Amino acid sequence: MRRGQRRLPFDGRALVVPVGFLVLAEIAARAAGYQSSSLPWPSEILTAGVGALLDGSILRATGQTLLSAAGGLAIGSSLGLVLGALMGIFLIFHRLAEVTIECLRPIPSVALIPIVLLIFGLGYAMEITLIAKTSFWPMLLLTIAAVRGVKPRLLEVAKLLRMGLVARIAKVVIPAALPGIFVGFRLAVGAALVVAVTVEIAANPLGLGYAMMRAQEALRPDLVFAYLIWIGIVGWLINGSLVAVQRRLFSGAPHPSEEPAQ
Amino acid sequence: MSDGGAAKTASPPLISFRGIEVVLGGKLILTGIDLDIRRGEFLSVVGPSGCGKTTLLRLAAGLLSPTSGSLSYEGRTIAEPQRDVAVVFQDYSDALLPWRTAAGNIALVYETLGTPRAERADRVAAVLRRVGLGEHADKYPSQLSGGMQQRLQIARCLAQEPKVLLMDEPFGALDAITRQSLQDEFLRIVAETGTTVFFVTHDLEEAIYLGHRVIAMQPRPGRIAATHAVDLPYPRDQRTTPELPEFLHLRRVLLDFIRGADA
Repeated sequence: MRRGQRRLPFDGRALVVPVGFLVLAEIAARAAGYQSSSLPWPSEILTAGVGALLDGSILRATGQTLLSAAGGLAIGSSLGLVLGALMGIFLIFHRLAEVTIECLRPIPSVALIPIVLLIFGLGYAMEITLIAKTSFWPMLLLTIAAVRGVKPRLLEVAKLLRMGLVARIAKVVIPAALPGIFVGFRLAVGAALVVAVTVEIAANPLGLGYAMMRAQEALRPDLVFAYLIWIGIVGWLINGSLVAVQRRLFSGAPHPSEEPAQ
Repeated sequence: MSDGGAAKTASPPLISFRGIEVVLGGKLILTGIDLDIRRGEFLSVVGPSGCGKTTLLRLAAGLLSPTSGSLSYEGRTIAEPQRDVAVVFQDYSDALLPWRTAAGNIALVYETLGTPRAERADRVAAVLRRVGLGEHADKYPSQLSGGMQQRLQIARCLAQEPKVLLMDEPFGALDAITRQSLQDEFLRIVAETGTTVFFVTHDLEEAIYLGHRVIAMQPRPGRIAATHAVDLPYPRDQRTTPELPEFLHLRRVLLDFIRGADA
């Protein structure tokens, strides 16, 4: 992307497929005189979406979902980062926790809804807990791998400089592992959004998932579709900004991808 | 055995290996190592691959403990890295911190040594100037050529103000022209600072060109097979030094030796 030019942060051609599909669907539906109580016309979805945007309901629901996701993500990923760093650095922690991790990890977050509901009842706390649980794993596992993957040579350099343990971790291990850790964070963000909406659909009267359920109960398929598309757009925007952050952080000082002349 | 120029027999050795044996993974890597690294000397170590020259360097660096025998630095037995012993590795791109600029890589040393914040910037700049990287302080390692990255690693070691520089084939990955200019620059810096150098290389000519003494090692198990004094005057010259009879003679002796060891 050239600087100083106002351009879309993505290739405009990427819009051809979705927009083209919607336009074709609209034309086909109108031409065939298609009517259905479950599959609305694209124009009806658009109208419903704009309406929900204008009356603020979609933004309020988005705020609730993102707040839960951010809260859970903050707790889960920071725990994952700290424990992952410890387990990556000290083999003994990993040995101690390995079996526990592998047993707990496959439990689906949704399966914990009953117990979390008993503990916290409905509301933000239960949703945040489940999101924290979900985003903890990718962060933990990728941090362990990234810390393990730090080049032994760098650790030797730190040792030769007689750096203390804290300095060694803060100035060498973590920065060296950061690109890998960030990949874990991106996975954690994706998982957090999925679980937030899932928990809202299944139980919690909050956010986008619950708004979709209400639209469904009101027999408003146009609104359900509008929410679905909106969730897609929100996810896409979040991932896009994370990719941009990643590029900014890790390509200014790139890891030498090309070997110097031998 | 005659002594090279700056080495003084009178003063006690800086690093001394006594009856050292190293066993790694059940395999005998080094045996019967008795060696003194003298103050101010430039000691080159050559030998075929697998002869344990890098292991010898790692012992001296305190990165590895001998299985038996003793290793002393300034008369004290050592088992860990020493503050004034610095190591230059061959793989400069792995040894530098890619997320720190050239200046940041040097600053790491002063941060670790606890140098007062106010002094750091000046000292970083001075060290970078010394190796000819004064103009490149704000560049990241990946923006520097291989030769410049190796200079940066050497600069980081100089920032430690070491008494001994341990170098593991530092110029081995560089092209011939860059290698020659770095050799000369490095000799100049060593002459200025009086640093003791332990220089591992597989390049016989480099070993002779740089050193006061050359140690030849043999593999299976790794051991010191011969020690040669290099009676060549300093400063050495890339054009004339390699043509001197003593240079050619020593080159021949070492070449025969390596061939013999391989056969």
